[in-house]
Parts: sequence; C-alpha cells; structure tokens
Amino acid sequence: MPSAPVAEVAHRLAMRARWRPLEYAFWLAALASVFLLPGRHLILTEIAWLALFALSLDLILGYAGIISLGHAAFFGLGSYLAALMAKYGIISEPVLALLVSGLCAAILGFATSFLVLRGSDLTRLMVTLGVALIMREIANQIPEITGGADGLQGVTVAPILGLFQFDIFGHVAYAYCLTVLFVLFLLARRIVYSPFGLSLRAVKGNPLRASAISISVNARLVAIYTFAAFYAGIAGALLAQTTAFASLDVFSFERSADLLLVLIIGGTGYLYGGLIGAVIFKLMQDWIANLTPQYWQFWIGLVLVLIVIVGRGRIGAWTAAAQAVAEPVTRRFARGPMAAAYPSSAGKAGEGMPGEGH
Amino acid sequence: MSVVLETVGLEKHFGGIAAVAGVSLKIEKGARHALIGPNGAGKTTVVNLLTGVLKPSAGRILLEGEDITSLEAYKRVQRGLARTFQINQLFLDLTPLETVGLAISERLGAGAQWWRLVGTNPVVVEEIVEILGRFHLTDVMHERTGNLPYGKQRLLEIALAIACRPRVLLLDEPAAGVPEDERHEILATVAALPADVSVLLIEHDMDIVFSFADRISVLVNGALFVDGAPEEVARDPRVKAVYLGESLDV
Repeated sequence: MPSAPVAEVAHRLAMRARWRPLEYAFWLAALASVFLLPGRHLILTEIAWLALFALSLDLILGYAGIISLGHAAFFGLGSYLAALMAKYGIISEPVLALLVSGLCAAILGFATSFLVLRGSDLTRLMVTLGVALIMREIANQIPEITGGADGLQGVTVAPILGLFQFDIFGHVAYAYCLTVLFVLFLLARRIVYSPFGLSLRAVKGNPLRASAISISVNARLVAIYTFAAFYAGIAGALLAQTTAFASLDVFSFERSADLLLVLIIGGTGYLYGGLIGAVIFKLMQDWIANLTPQYWQFWIGLVLVLIVIVGRGRIGAWTAAAQAVAEPVTRRFARGPMAAAYPSSAGKAGEGMPGEGH
Repeated sequence: MSVVLETVGLEKHFGGIAAVAGVSLKIEKGARHALIGPNGAGKTTVVNLLTGVLKPSAGRILLEGEDITSLEAYKRVQRGLARTFQINQLFLDLTPLETVGLAISERLGAGAQWWRLVGTNPVVVEEIVEILGRFHLTDVMHERTGNLPYGKQRLLEIALAIACRPRVLLLDEPAAGVPEDERHEILATVAALPADVSVLLIEHDMDIVFSFADRISVLVNGALFVDGAPEEVARDPRVKAVYLGESLDV
C-alpha cells in the first residue's frame, strides 16, 4: 500500500477535530458579551455555570449513553464545599477551591459510578436520583456544618488569584465563569476527539461489540462518569462562589431534571448542546418569569411538549443543515495546504479504488 | 499439532433446558474447524461461552493451555480470541475507518489515550489502511457504517475481528444473509485468512463447510454428535439422518 492514502486517511481523521466557523462565532459572541452586555452579566453568569453543568451531563449522556436524574449530587457537593472553604478560609483562593471542589465531586462520582454500570436506563435513572436524594438528606441532617434548611450564610469569597474582587454587578463573576467554562470546554473537546472519546461512542453504540474488540466497557464508563462529576462539581462551586451562598436547593430533583431539559433543548452528543440549551433555557426562564411569574412552570412544560412533538430528529436535521451550510465556508476560509487539498484528495481516493480493490 | 482452544465438559442451562450439554471440543493450531448442526443445536451458545458473553453452568475453557473460563470477554480478546457475529454487531454511527481504528488502538494499548487526537498515531493509521484495503472497504471507509450495503457490513464484521489480530478466530455464519452475488467476496476473504490463525467456523451452508474445513464437529441438541475429518463426517450415516438430510432439503 503506498503511503499517500495513509497521509490522506490521517488527514481525514484529524479533520474531524478541526474548528468550524460556527464554533468561532459562538465563542466570539461569548467574548463580545463580556464587553457589550455589562447590564446582563448576572444572568450571563448563571448561563455560564449552567452551561458547564449541562456540558458535564452531555459527556455521560451524549457520548457514553448514561442517563442520569441525579447529576445534582455532584453539583451540590461542589457547591457546598466551595462555600464552606470560603466561609472558614480553609482554601480562600477561589480557583484553587474550585479545583478541590471538583476533585471531591470526582471522588464521589468514582465511588457511585459502580452503581450505574449495572442495569438498564430505568435502573440508572432511579440509582442516580437516589444518590442525589441521599446527598440532600445528608446536607439536611448536619445543619451545624451546612446550615440545614436555611442554607449556608455568611460566606465571603476572596479575590480571584488575590487580584480580582467579585462585584455586585457580576462583571468579575461572569468573566471568571466564562473563562472556566471555556478552558473546561477545550479540555472536553480534546477528549471527545481522542481515541478514548471515540471508544466511548463505540461503547454507547454497541457495548457487546465494544467488548469483543477488547474495549473494557466498564472501565471506560467509570472514567467518563468520574470526569463528568468533576465538571459538575466545578459548576456547583462556581454557583457558590458567584452567589456567596449554598442551600439544599443545589441537590434538588428539579435541578437534575432541569438539566435534562437543557440538553433536550440543545441536543446531545456535539458538546454545544448544553451550552446552547443553557442560553435558551435561562433566557426563556427569565423572559417568561417577567411576563407571568406564577405560570413559569406551565410555559416551560409547554415548550417541552412542543419539542417532543416536533421531534428531536428534526432538530438534528436543522443542525445537519447548518453544518452543510458551514462546510463550504470552512473549506474556503480554512488556511493551509492541508485543508485546500482536502476535496481534491478525497476525489482521487475515490478514483483510485478499482485498482486497489485487486 | 498442538491444541490452541479446548473445552472440557462445557455446559449451559437456560432454566431447565440444557442448551449446551457436556461439550468437549479441541481446536488445533492453524485448524480450519467447522462446527455444524441443525437450528437450535447450540452452536451460537458455544461461541458465546467461548468468548465470555455467557458464563458456563459447568465445564472449563482453555486457551493455549490457560484456563479462561472466568475471564471477562474483553480480556479474552487481548489473549488472542476474537469473533464475528451471526447478526451484525457494528457501530452504526461510526465509519469503517473509525471502527477498524478502534480495534487497532485497543490492541496496541492506545485505546484509552485522551490527550492525543484520533488519527495522529501513524502506526494505527497505516494498519487501518492496510486492513480496509484487504477487506475491500477502502471506497466506503468514510461512510456511516449504518448506511453501508449489507455485504460490506459483513466484510467489516470480519475485518474488525482480524484487526484484533487473533490467534483463534470464531466465525459465526460469516455469509449469513448475504446476497448470492456478494457471497464470493466474503468467502474469498475467509479463504484468505492467515494460515497461522486457527479458525472455528459456524456455518449452515454445506458447500462452504466442505470447501473450507479440514475438520468438522457436529452438534445436535447441545451435545457433540460426531467429530472428525470432512470425509468421515460426510460418510457417517447418522449425520446424514440427523442433519444433512434435513438441511439439504431446504
């Protein structure tokens, strides 16, 4: 086999991970919002941590096929730990506290991952829900530490890296959350395009075959579940740090359920679903709550029903259409000889086939 | 010749029914061994026991002399025991390129790497290209597996098992359901398997069995009925009565 096709195949594989124009547009818009929408930074902060939380669920649901109704367990743990560390000055520097909160949530994720290995989707829903309820009850039973039903009061968060003090307008908070979201998004993006990420999709698609090509299905699921718990813990810690408060509500069933709703709105398995879903969900919540505060739940329910009726398949079709539009643009504007050669080399491979087929 | 894969008194009960009842089978190194039998004889159950998909109710399985009876399925593949499935078990949303790459990465111990991007390991990519070429999949390697014609999916089934570089390969009806005009491609591929790979073939089609196998075991009602060279089995009047007579009428 000549070496030319090898280079082309390697290139085609690598092209999967290239940045698409819409991705640049998304993050440029996010950056622009820091400067152009100073009056909306409070809600944008909420969107940023919710997006990270949803990204975490997408990693297990969209890539590994693990459905969860208890992702708030990790979010809540991260939240309380960050608040406690700030309140008692155990680790006062927010970024370090953020990492520690995430790591503790990851430990909880690892410990409970063995429960989600067994059973069907329904079992997983119940088990994950149970873990979140247990966490909530633990927090409720130790009011001397957590503040119980009143929540953890009197938290003061130190300046980020000792330099940037949180302000009441949420300017610093938003820049902080957005930076954390972006960094963790880059890491997640790297991982889903790695051999490990590909093996997750194989495990999701057909676990029987995955183990027949020597993939250790359980080890992969434990790894991604632990990793997702790390992200959820960080999202929870961001909430605690930006609001200087933590309450039992962080463990609530509604929080886990809303998160699934965010992913249903945004779609799963392409990383941006959680981000776009979070934007739509929060804006919709804000908008409807302003119109009719008491009927917010009704409207969100109606939207959910409409989404299900329209069908997620059709939303998928819209995404595909958007990608189809974006594709020629990518080719035209992508720099370098590799990208320019991509359509022509693909054509050559097609013509060369009969000879190779021997 | 040495024995690479052996079962000793293998049994599997589903409820009160014995699907496999005391099968002791020996597969020799480099063998082209066929396992035949009427529908419901327990052939696929034997394969599932050998590969670890099912746990046996009794008996032992030895791979190259080592007891693998309680070894997990994925570890058996690492030890050199790979299989194909009677009904396609593929990753429908992935391309053949990605699918074969997965198996090769796993074999090289690079499957869990999360810090490098897919396609940046030249060793893996070279082998993908080689295997896809050998199995006539080069022209469809970028297509979604679920959209491939059935014959190509069957080829990918075998390519995927070969990508694990097995020493023992279990082929569960490789040509099942393949249209007549695409059959020869699969059979040629099976015939061209490396000589040092020991093959256990499960098959219904007697033409394939007798053109391929150098040894045949007949399974009836979960038990080994006859075990011998093709000519012996073909001549055996009991086999004709129990199996060949019925099958050839179909």
